Amino acid sequence: MSRRPYLREVKRSWWLGQRRYLFYMIRELTSLFVALYCVLLVVGLVRLAQGPAAWDGFVAAFSSPLGVLFQVLCLIFATFHSVTWFAVTPKAMPLMVKGEAVPPRAIVAAHYAFWAALSLLVLIVVGV
Amino acid sequence: MSETIALEVLRYNPETDQEPRFQRYTVPYRDEWVVLDALTHIKDQLDATLSFRWSCHMAVCGSCGVMINGEPKLGCHAFLRDYRNGVVRIEPLDHFPVERDLVIVMDDFMAKLSSVQPYLLVDAAKPLSEGEYLQTPAELQRFKQYTQCINCMLCYAACPQYALNEGFVGPAALALAHRYNLDSRDAGKDRRAEMVASNEGIWECSFVGACSQVCPKAVDPAAAIQQTKISASLDWFKAFLLPGGRK
Repeated sequence: MSRRPYLREVKRSWWLGQRRYLFYMIRELTSLFVALYCVLLVVGLVRLAQGPAAWDGFVAAFSSPLGVLFQVLCLIFATFHSVTWFAVTPKAMPLMVKGEAVPPRAIVAAHYAFWAALSLLVLIVVGV
Repeated sequence: MSETIALEVLRYNPETDQEPRFQRYTVPYRDEWVVLDALTHIKDQLDATLSFRWSCHMAVCGSCGVMINGEPKLGCHAFLRDYRNGVVRIEPLDHFPVERDLVIVMDDFMAKLSSVQPYLLVDAAKPLSEGEYLQTPAELQRFKQYTQCINCMLCYAACPQYALNEGFVGPAALALAHRYNLDSRDAGKDRRAEMVASNEGIWECSFVGACSQVCPKAVDPAAAIQQTKISASLDWFKAFLLPGGRK
């Protein structure tokens, strides 16, 4: 009796077959746009340091139709990333208060509240 | 004629087959039958050469895990009535080598499971005369969920990281390491960290979350791994960044 275990290969398209894997890959992809937006913000800081002309050029590029389209895309992906991330936070950070588990919904709600508070703070700082 | 249901079962005989193939069987349909009953019917009545693992028939032993229509499930935990319209496709658990038919080679899982030392570790065992290691219900509650793992390996069959990275310790083993780390009677966290907090441990996990979705015992290995990531990061900060904390 000889052993000859058969190893099945993982296809490159493994993530296309099932909804949960596809959803996962989309979530991973969204981080690319979040990162791109961060890079652009750093570029903006550099341009600001280079003087008014450089800064105006940067603002003009950001306000062009292409610039706006990119920002809208980034906003959509960042929102998707945040919402799906908030949804899993109770798994990563389960809280026990007085020996009782805090309901997952309360942990998610706290994240949204914190998000809203931070956004409000930013709006106040920039003086809207 | 009474109702029947068609099963397509992956067959592989290492002595005669170059690669696996599907074989179709038609079995009687019964409302109360699970997939394991159908496989047993095939083995007893139609084709005695079919090989598969099973033992308890009640989702406790963790032996009968198979892919059912692409989803990792316990054969004893999947009713035929949920697959009534269409063919039921049964394959060995994904991501493991196939020994024969539906039987997989689980050596890799066993090695990884033992590598995280999933048992109570103490610095020095106290003498019997000092009595038991006591634990309050609240202390038990912290890890009780993770004790439900039956080592059925469905989570490994669902995990793409395990499929793509040979070295990955994987969901169940990491969840069990977390279970013992959380146990108030245990002192083995640092010893386990060597494996758990290594690159092939928790950091190989990218939180796909499929392991928790397929777990028949609601263990939630994904949660365990994310919690271990946070805990391992805090330990690292304490050890290397706080003054006097360096080990």
